[in-house]
Amino acid sequence: MSAVGDPVLEARGVAMKFGGLTALSGFDLALRSGELVGLIGPNGAGKTTAFNALTGVYAPSQGEVRVAGQRVNGMRPHQICELGVARTFQNVRLFKELTAFDNVRIACHAGSKSGFTSAWLLTPRHDAEEARIGQRAEEFLAVMELGHRKDELARNLPYGEQRRLEIARALATGPKILCLDEPGAGMNASEKMALLALIRRIRDQFSIAILVIEHDMRLVLGVSERVMVLDHGVTIAHGRPEEVRRDPKVIEAYLGDGKLKLRPPRGAEGGGA
Amino acid sequence: MTEFLQHLVNGVSLGTIYALIALGYTMVYGVLKLINFAHGDVYMAAAYAGFYIATALDVRTHPTVGKAVAVFVGSMVFAGALGWAIERFAYRPLRNRPRLATLITAIGVSFLLEYGFQLPSLQSQGRTFEEMLRGWGWTVPGWLDAAVGFLPASFPPGPTPRFFPEPFVRVDWTVLGGVHVSNYDVVSFLVAVAFMLGLQWIIYRTRFGMAMRAVSFDSKVAGLMGIPVNRVISTTFILGSVLAAVAALLVAGSRPRIDPIMGLMPGLKAFVAAVFGGIGNVPGAMLGGIVLGLAEEMVAGYALSSFRDGIAFAILILMLLVRPEGLLGRVTVEKV
Amino acid sequence: MGRARLVLRPAAPFLVSLPLLWLLQGALPQYYSFVFVNIAVNVILAVSLNVVNGFTGQFSIGHAAFMAVGAYTAALVTTGMQDLQIAGLPLTASDAVVFFLAIMAGMAAASLAGLLVGIPSLRLRGDYLAIVTLGFGEIIRVIIENTKVLGQATGISGLPPYTNVVWAGVGVVATVVMARRLLLSTQGRALLAIREDEVAAEAMGVDTVGWKVRAFVISAAFAGLAGVLLVHKIQLVTPRMFTFVKSMEVVVMVVLGGMGSITGSIVAATLLTVALESLQAADQYRMVIFSLLLIVLMLTRPSGLFGTREIWDAVPRWMRRRSDGGTP
Repeated sequence: MSAVGDPVLEARGVAMKFGGLTALSGFDLALRSGELVGLIGPNGAGKTTAFNALTGVYAPSQGEVRVAGQRVNGMRPHQICELGVARTFQNVRLFKELTAFDNVRIACHAGSKSGFTSAWLLTPRHDAEEARIGQRAEEFLAVMELGHRKDELARNLPYGEQRRLEIARALATGPKILCLDEPGAGMNASEKMALLALIRRIRDQFSIAILVIEHDMRLVLGVSERVMVLDHGVTIAHGRPEEVRRDPKVIEAYLGDGKLKLRPPRGAEGGGA
Repeated sequence: MTEFLQHLVNGVSLGTIYALIALGYTMVYGVLKLINFAHGDVYMAAAYAGFYIATALDVRTHPTVGKAVAVFVGSMVFAGALGWAIERFAYRPLRNRPRLATLITAIGVSFLLEYGFQLPSLQSQGRTFEEMLRGWGWTVPGWLDAAVGFLPASFPPGPTPRFFPEPFVRVDWTVLGGVHVSNYDVVSFLVAVAFMLGLQWIIYRTRFGMAMRAVSFDSKVAGLMGIPVNRVISTTFILGSVLAAVAALLVAGSRPRIDPIMGLMPGLKAFVAAVFGGIGNVPGAMLGGIVLGLAEEMVAGYALSSFRDGIAFAILILMLLVRPEGLLGRVTVEKV
Repeated sequence: MGRARLVLRPAAPFLVSLPLLWLLQGALPQYYSFVFVNIAVNVILAVSLNVVNGFTGQFSIGHAAFMAVGAYTAALVTTGMQDLQIAGLPLTASDAVVFFLAIMAGMAAASLAGLLVGIPSLRLRGDYLAIVTLGFGEIIRVIIENTKVLGQATGISGLPPYTNVVWAGVGVVATVVMARRLLLSTQGRALLAIREDEVAAEAMGVDTVGWKVRAFVISAAFAGLAGVLLVHKIQLVTPRMFTFVKSMEVVVMVVLGGMGSITGSIVAATLLTVALESLQAADQYRMVIFSLLLIVLMLTRPSGLFGTREIWDAVPRWMRRRSDGGTP
């Protein structure tokens, strides 16, 4: 039983080990409804691994993940989705050969228990559900300004719209928590600004908590209330954006130890390929 | 005890054959992530190649060591060429398509070889064609008749089994108080081990072998690093096919009966051996081969011999359900 | 009128096709009715396999085994009830009831087999799944070959010739209707999502394993139907009818037609059945031509004749708006 004000998504001491490699260790998170938290760190820091542990793609090697107070370690991703966690992917994973409409409609189906027979018998209940799903999907497409792309195949959409479609799809599952994995990757500055505004609008309109992985410091610092910084699987900083950006550990993680050797390169760099 | 030792000997002997064939499966899977369904049929084709060469050299009536070597080498060359051709023309064009397409093509090539070899000889097909023409009331032109005369009269071999001639005289010994071993067994074992060691050396001690391993880890990156991926893949196929030919000839010595579907069962069992050891893993294939050979012998000897073939299926299903990456394989985690 | 429509709409395809099939049966001479049944059986096999391979994107190559399970189960029922006549019914009606029961039993048994094979196998991906389905297919056949009650290698002969044009035709209609309604439904979209990207589908709340198993089971059930229909036409059931080669024939039909296209499966199954029929004389060449066809097909047009398109997609939009949008 979770009380009002309890975190909707929690991680306590979560670690992910793959054979001898520890991709993530000691990961703690407490995400409350309506919060916007950023997760940053250099490449390979373990950000997507953390997402995967939170959404059930991996079962945590150590530690605990809780959704609305309920422990979800070892649950399958679709079960965790039903509990209210939705996500997008670092490399857009849309259903390429299906239309935008279908992509979102599939997400609307989450949790529905009806089986094949209602489809075969053309029951009124099935028709009603189809209509409801269609309407809901159209709403989410509209929210992400993709209504005009409804019948377009996902693979034909321009990149920016594909990313927005992925968000629309995730939203359609009716989550309490939305995890966005590098939603701004590949976008230019003005697109990212628009995305920023969109993310804030989503949070306000749907009253959900949002966890964002991003590379672009400005984007994440501009949109988050709190920021966590990962490096080599370890959380090295956690706090308000202004504090984090000045934290020397963070700077070192992104830029190296600061003592740059600026000698000109000698001969071939890294050998012939 | 003697019985056990006998089964042991037979099992190891059988196992080395499976290992030789399994190596072909595992290497190809390693570099292409493809289950080469046609591999067992390359084994079969190599046996026939050896048979044709042996017949041409008249090994049956005048066997010599030189001829035996010629048969061996000739069959290996043929198998290598066949393996190369299959990869080049049937699999390479599909390199960028979903693996499903290549799998289906592999099955198609397998069927083509199996059923193609069961067709009557080209010359007799030609004659049948001439009969058909005559039946329609046409006369067969002279040049056609002559051309048909040039067609091979014994290829394809047709479904009737043939018998491989003995390359050297069989000698049987009884050792350790009752265990039967023949010189064929000894030669077979030594040759098999020699080739396996040779392959190990190639893969782990040469630059080319390193290239093979690089391609099996990540072919795109290997290509970017300057490794000639196509050449590596072709050579992998050639190596695997050559080993299959060696296996075929070693078997043909002690079990001389050859027919167009002789590759089916050994191919399947070798595949199981490769999966058991960890498909893509070279030592795994050798281990898997020996284990399967022993398992088969023990089950056939001590339990029901009709389950001889069944044990392979059972091991396969069990492995895939319990530990699909095999004994020595690495668990691959899909990157999300 | 409302409640009548509730029944009429789903039943419409059957109500329309039954009289047509009856007429056809009367009109077709003996040999052609045999070909019709052959085509029907292969269409049912191809469309049912398409549900797993085409809609759900899995790779099952042991389909013939489910055919066998259905065929043998039904054979046991019909031979067991051979001399029974249901009181009060004329012989033909009684036979029809018996056949219907046999079909239900066959489909149920095949579904069970599908469940038993599917549950452990569908955790595997791609090549591994293919091999396991192949393995299970062979195991089922080997079990049949070694079971006395099933006649072992000789099989069971003297099956009553219940299959006719009407039964076969209804079987086809049922299979196509099943597949089409599935494709256009919410549940069908879940299968398509699994095909497109299993990881993403799972993340969007789709129980991928559960749906894969369901698709597998329903596909097996209809393969069983095909088996029942076939053996009650040729009046014989033997294990050699259900080898890996048969499974691959069905795979070729599905690939040739286009994986995911029901129309494609129907067309390809028809073409291939007719082609294989006409090559009966040159029996040795059949398989060689078949394998060449397979290779050429994969090299030149692996998406098949229709890709994922359907014939009803080509119907102009204004015509579709005319009908009430929900016709089956």
